[in-house]
Amino acid sequence: MRVDRRLLLVMAMAGLAMAGWLGVTAALLWFTLEPAQREIVGALIGPRMALLALSWAAALALVAAGLRTLWRTYVRVPARLLEETRVLLAATSAQQLGPRGSAEMRALSAAINALAAQRDHLREDMAHQVTQASHRVQQEKNRLSALMAELTQSVVVCNLDGRILLYNNRARLQLREFSQMPDLAAGAELIGIGRSIYAVFDRQMVAHALENIHRRLVRGAASPSTQFVTTTPTGQLLRVQVAPVRPGETDAGNVDAVSGFVLMLDNVMRNFEQESLRDRLLHGLTEGSRSSLASMQAALDMLGYADLEPEMRERFMGVLHEELTAMSARITDLVQHSTQGLKTRWPLEEMLGADLVTAAQRQIEKDCQRSVTVDSVDETLWLKVESFTLLQALTYLSSRLVDEFEVKFLRLRLQAVGPRAQLDLIWTGHAMSTETVMTWEMDAMRFGTQSLPLTVRDVVERHGGEMWFERERIRHEAFFRFLLPLATAQEQLEATQLLQSDSRPEYYDFDLFQVSAQGSELDDQLLSELSYTVFDTETTGLDPSQGDEIIQIGAVRIVNGKLLRQEIFEQLLDPERLIPAASIQIHGITQDMVSGKPGIGKVLPAFHAFAKDTVLVAHNAAFDMKFLQLKEASTGVAFHQPVLDTLLLSAVVHPNQESHQLESIAERFNITLQGRHTAMGDAMVTAEVWLRLIPLLDAMGIQTLRQARQAAQATYYARLKY
Amino acid sequence: MSKKILVADDEPNIVISLEYLLKREGYTVLVARDGQQALETITLEKPDLVLLDVMMPLKTGFEVCQAVRANEDLQATKILMLTAKGRDTDVAKGTALGADDYITKPFSTRELAEKVARMLGGLP
Repeated sequence: MRVDRRLLLVMAMAGLAMAGWLGVTAALLWFTLEPAQREIVGALIGPRMALLALSWAAALALVAAGLRTLWRTYVRVPARLLEETRVLLAATSAQQLGPRGSAEMRALSAAINALAAQRDHLREDMAHQVTQASHRVQQEKNRLSALMAELTQSVVVCNLDGRILLYNNRARLQLREFSQMPDLAAGAELIGIGRSIYAVFDRQMVAHALENIHRRLVRGAASPSTQFVTTTPTGQLLRVQVAPVRPGETDAGNVDAVSGFVLMLDNVMRNFEQESLRDRLLHGLTEGSRSSLASMQAALDMLGYADLEPEMRERFMGVLHEELTAMSARITDLVQHSTQGLKTRWPLEEMLGADLVTAAQRQIEKDCQRSVTVDSVDETLWLKVESFTLLQALTYLSSRLVDEFEVKFLRLRLQAVGPRAQLDLIWTGHAMSTETVMTWEMDAMRFGTQSLPLTVRDVVERHGGEMWFERERIRHEAFFRFLLPLATAQEQLEATQLLQSDSRPEYYDFDLFQVSAQGSELDDQLLSELSYTVFDTETTGLDPSQGDEIIQIGAVRIVNGKLLRQEIFEQLLDPERLIPAASIQIHGITQDMVSGKPGIGKVLPAFHAFAKDTVLVAHNAAFDMKFLQLKEASTGVAFHQPVLDTLLLSAVVHPNQESHQLESIAERFNITLQGRHTAMGDAMVTAEVWLRLIPLLDAMGIQTLRQARQAAQATYYARLKY
Repeated sequence: MSKKILVADDEPNIVISLEYLLKREGYTVLVARDGQQALETITLEKPDLVLLDVMMPLKTGFEVCQAVRANEDLQATKILMLTAKGRDTDVAKGTALGADDYITKPFSTRELAEKVARMLGGLP
């Protein structure tokens, strides 16, 4: 058992004090004695001195025992309590002190326990609130991104540096028009999280808009947004509305604080064309008609003279005839255009014709309890319709057929005729009179007891279309035919692409609001904050200097520590040489697949634009870089950005592992492999590996790009040359 | 001597009626098919009054009107503008450029004849 030194010290002092006290007592006695008595006492005590010392020692032992008990109670117990309280203080989970020592000590422990319990409760409460709050924030973020994804308006949100924080699919499609390489990069090099919007719009134009907003904010305007119109390289007119993003905690003294801006894009070319068509029609209608009417009236007035010569009468009649013909032609022309130009104000949406037919089939079957078959449908047709009311009209007509003519079977048919689509509702048997059709057309539509303030005619007119009844006597069939407008090619394209984006994409990163202009050199930036282009290539072989070529490039972006699965670059290339059979076994890319694809001279500039302002990452990067470097001279494209190699950095993190092949690393990190040995699949896996390596490197003190590059160079693998 | 009137309009169908009407009223009638021809005829023939259509090829009625008013020798020429545009902005422009009166198509020939007579001081 270890004895406290202070205890020993106290005991020694007690022993000394006792010895001193004994000495003083003896000395006092000694002086009161006569010399003879002193001799007798001396003779008596002298030989028994040891006994005296023994008695002193025994007394000391008693005192020491008492002291030790006291020590234990009043020094040792508080000391232990102190230690335990310190543990309690540092503890992250709930914990209690055991009762020990005197009554006071026990009470003290209990009080400390109570304090600790109070602290734990507060801490739990806080943690709970934090969890809840972050959950709410996440929910709001999700809601917003869902909203953005579905929005039919193009939206781009940027921070003050013009870096894109959010964009939706519409915006991506619209800004494609600005791409120099629409076929290859498809605008992915322009619009992406963390990319600069100034690659698309002139910085001055945006700055001017922000200045306007600033002025309005200072004046205290309620909605301080502004707009500008710009042209795309393809000559389309784009109206851009700019609205400020204001920090949430705006205080009164800081009304003009702006942390970013929202851009809403609108292609006004189509509106513009419609407007000018409308103008032309209106012009023809007013001025043209006035002139004609003037000629006719003047001629008519002249014809009123009784003494008119027959020859002049003939000429005036000719004028009347000619102007009447011109007027008629003008009206015909107007009607033809007005359906597109004047009546398209009702908001119609693009819809795949086949979808409309399927929806109609389901609804008629449900409402009329009759089987409806789909006769023939042109699957490629995109309509421009107001589907809800159109379905109502179809269902309404079907229900009258069933109720009044006991029609058993109905059929639907859709085909394109010229610039329009024909949608037919066909039945076998009874034909009806034109009057009946007229009433059905003009009656307010009824469903059961519910009557709508809308007729079939209204619905048809909203579409600028027509509807009629026809019969085919030979087949003993009759049908209602609807003429409906088709979507334009551009509208079709956009609608198709909106449909194809099946999963909800990662189009936003609000954390970028906090990121300001990067002042420091790339090399000194944290690995976790850099933007990366992670890529992989498939090649015809392993030796670029012996004529092997790239046949596929796949790349994906990492911004702000997030893998952006939607912002990818994937392209097959024509290597302009034969692909060896041996390599086909690895990558599965055959000669047929690459024929007609662009060559390296076209693809490399697009990839270069895609990778702009990012750090390149590849597995065994030296191999891919060698291919790229050998093309510098012929393509004029050089990759000067820093390059990181996941193979080398994996070796830095796990120096004792045998294999640093992509599969082995992926297995270590438990990453699911998909599409191995396609450029895109490998790039994705490499990106995931890289995201996992970043924190591991950080734990080793490798935090900046410079440190990572130095560490990679120092590894054994770095000495291998390709 | 009868008053001289120039009908300047590119639409033959209105010219034929106006020509016939004005001749019946006892005026001497000249015809111009476009703005350029109209200006030349005015300079050469110095008619008392011009029926000037606004929309004509080569030179519009506005241009012709402005040119006539800029020429010192032609100050006596009365100008009656004819227009198919019904907008008051055109009336304002025509008046500002020096037209004496304005008539919008379509019009009744009687009204036109009266207007012409009034502008020429009631005499053919």
